[in-house]
Amino acid sequence: MTYGISRRGLLQGAAGVAAVSALGGCAMGGGDDATDSGSKGEVTANNPLGVKADAPLEVVIFNGGFGEEYAKAHEAMYKQRYPEAEIKHSATQQIAETLQPRFVAGDPPDVVDNSGGSQIDFNGLVSQGALTDLGELLDAPSLDDPSKKVRDTLLPGIVDVGSYDGKFLTLNYAYSAYGIWYSQKLFDAKGWAYPKTWPEMIALCKKIKAAGIAPWAYTGVHARYMSWPILTAAAKFGGIEVIKAIDNLEPGAWKSDAVRAAAEAYYQLAVDGFVQPGAEGMDHIQAQTEWARGHAAFISCGSWLENEMKAVTPPDFAMAVAPTPSLTTGDKMPYEAFRGTGSEPFIVPAKGKNVRGGMEYLRVMLSKKAAADFTTKVSSLTAVTGAAQGLTLGPGLTSVTRLIEASGGSAFTWLYSTYYRKLERERVNAATLELLTKRINAAQWCDKVQKSADEFAADPAVKKYKRA
Amino acid sequence: MRGKRLFIAVFLLPPLLLYGIFVVSPYAQAFQISGTNWSGLSPTYEFVGLDNFTRLLGDGYFWTALRHNGLLLVLLPVATILLGLFFASMISVGGRADRVGVHGVRGAGFYRVVYFFPQVLSVAIIGVLWKQMYAPTTGMINGFLRGIGLDGLAVAWLGDPRFAFWCVLAVLVWMNVGFYVVLFSAAMQSIPRDLYEAALLDGANRLTTLVRITVPLVWDTIQVAWVYLAIIAIDGFAIVQIITDGGPGSASDVVGLRLYKTAFADGRFGYASAIGVAMFFLTLTVAVMFLRVTRRERVEL
Repeated sequence: MTYGISRRGLLQGAAGVAAVSALGGCAMGGGDDATDSGSKGEVTANNPLGVKADAPLEVVIFNGGFGEEYAKAHEAMYKQRYPEAEIKHSATQQIAETLQPRFVAGDPPDVVDNSGGSQIDFNGLVSQGALTDLGELLDAPSLDDPSKKVRDTLLPGIVDVGSYDGKFLTLNYAYSAYGIWYSQKLFDAKGWAYPKTWPEMIALCKKIKAAGIAPWAYTGVHARYMSWPILTAAAKFGGIEVIKAIDNLEPGAWKSDAVRAAAEAYYQLAVDGFVQPGAEGMDHIQAQTEWARGHAAFISCGSWLENEMKAVTPPDFAMAVAPTPSLTTGDKMPYEAFRGTGSEPFIVPAKGKNVRGGMEYLRVMLSKKAAADFTTKVSSLTAVTGAAQGLTLGPGLTSVTRLIEASGGSAFTWLYSTYYRKLERERVNAATLELLTKRINAAQWCDKVQKSADEFAADPAVKKYKRA
Repeated sequence: MRGKRLFIAVFLLPPLLLYGIFVVSPYAQAFQISGTNWSGLSPTYEFVGLDNFTRLLGDGYFWTALRHNGLLLVLLPVATILLGLFFASMISVGGRADRVGVHGVRGAGFYRVVYFFPQVLSVAIIGVLWKQMYAPTTGMINGFLRGIGLDGLAVAWLGDPRFAFWCVLAVLVWMNVGFYVVLFSAAMQSIPRDLYEAALLDGANRLTTLVRITVPLVWDTIQVAWVYLAIIAIDGFAIVQIITDGGPGSASDVVGLRLYKTAFADGRFGYASAIGVAMFFLTLTVAVMFLRVTRRERVEL
């Protein structure tokens, strides 16, 4: 007496179970609308955002290059203002994987540091209306000086880079300056001076190569790091309009004379053999380590570099950053202009239980005390003007502050990489590696990236933003 | 009889229920989600019919990834099974016959442990390990090549679209072969020794013994191995993500990685589910196909 379950029977049974469970619980959740209407407290001079003093606050931090200790200090400062508020802190490297289900369930935390490789796509968040408009925060009085609005304490560019269609939705707390990094010690020892124009750069690269050092290191895995100097040089050559056209996905924006001239300049590095052999197979840590060990002279990176490479940088390396060299003497922007922008985007989800508390938490973060604490802990500047004054900074960060001062407010940035993340992370990244390995030339690079940008422009599933 | 059925049902229902909730239901939901434009960030979505599948057909990046899975599907099982069979037969029956009869090569026990070693490591560790091995200047592979004077062969392995995919394939074979060595040796243990002794007396060499005796007698196991490896080949997500992240460009992209990036990086869960559904049918087809193709009369001993 044996009986077996036939394969067909099993499949039928499974289909039945599937059908039943599809009707029941579902990943897409219900339409549960949580609002913060109940959590608004009284608005006073000391509490301009109307935080309910006893409302709990939940903060989720990206546990990356900056760690999570700085956030604990900020939370303590918040707690000092609202001793009755219970603060729930967590940190993760997988922001999207951890928080995605909570956004769906309408139960997101109150403050999120949406950063890192697994950042939640802003295009998605914004088009779904998942973020609180932080305009009220900008107009609230600053914690340090009630006569000043928070807006007026921020470095230039912070509001721009956090705004989507005119609404300020993300606070990029860290301030990053992007440029070309070198070792002041090496340059002093060899009698080299940082080149201010591209012909000077090429001439110096010849000398560097002759000295047995690779002139340029770069990360092949994240080759987009090299698209930064290309776009910066293009903006300086042709003016900010070049960048705005790119941000607005205008037809032919990547094929403008300025972008092509800049791409050609950097392609020249590959043609002349000025990039480190093997760099195409390195990730950013490997490439930066090569550079910090003195195997290469220049590398393109942002101001987090010093902190990231702390463990392997020789103590007397004298890390320094400089703007990208001007392409010609007739560039529209001065040599001192550089790409400076906010990073480490903090958001207050619209459906959080304590939206007011979330905004207040950001206001606390934007106080000079909190900002100075951040700079000391993680060696990065913040969005807060002048908060690093009087602090002892490392050589790299000191040179960043010099870079900012010298620029006289001519810093700029592009937004396409935040509007259309994938365009930079996948497409520009891939094309730039091909450019630097000479598989395509500068004109082909422009065509290739333009083609990708056109794909995004034509895709109805991608929300478009307009930069003014 | 009724009592017996009830008894069996009591034991079967809880696991079936769990399986239904945690395995079958997500699958079913993926089918449902693949018909929507759900972003994965809010409970709202619209049904868009077959739009996602239409887009899939015209998505060059998906097809590139699929082609890589196809290549893996052909090469990974063949390479792994051939190597596995070779190593296993050397360990089990490869030694010269002498007075004690048929046995493995000298040090067989040691090899058995060494081959199994990669199985003990997690995929993440294997990925990071090999990424460092392939590193252009500091990596062991280039270091070795330079050490023996082959500087010209020391290239940026993972940075070159000509090599990146093959580098990943090599790691996949490396990490899987050990398990099949153990599996095949276990199967070979059940082959009566006198068959080999008879073959040796008849003057068969090792290759003939392997092809004419060992392979037919462990065919069932090979068939199972084939299906397992095919499923690994259709996935390949974890190791690719860690070693190359699909790059350079899409030179080593696989469908699983495309799915993951579409869902979590691009916030397009509807489209990602469509990729998942495509993968589901692909896996099912491959499994059925392989079982059909490799069906064969069982050898009765």
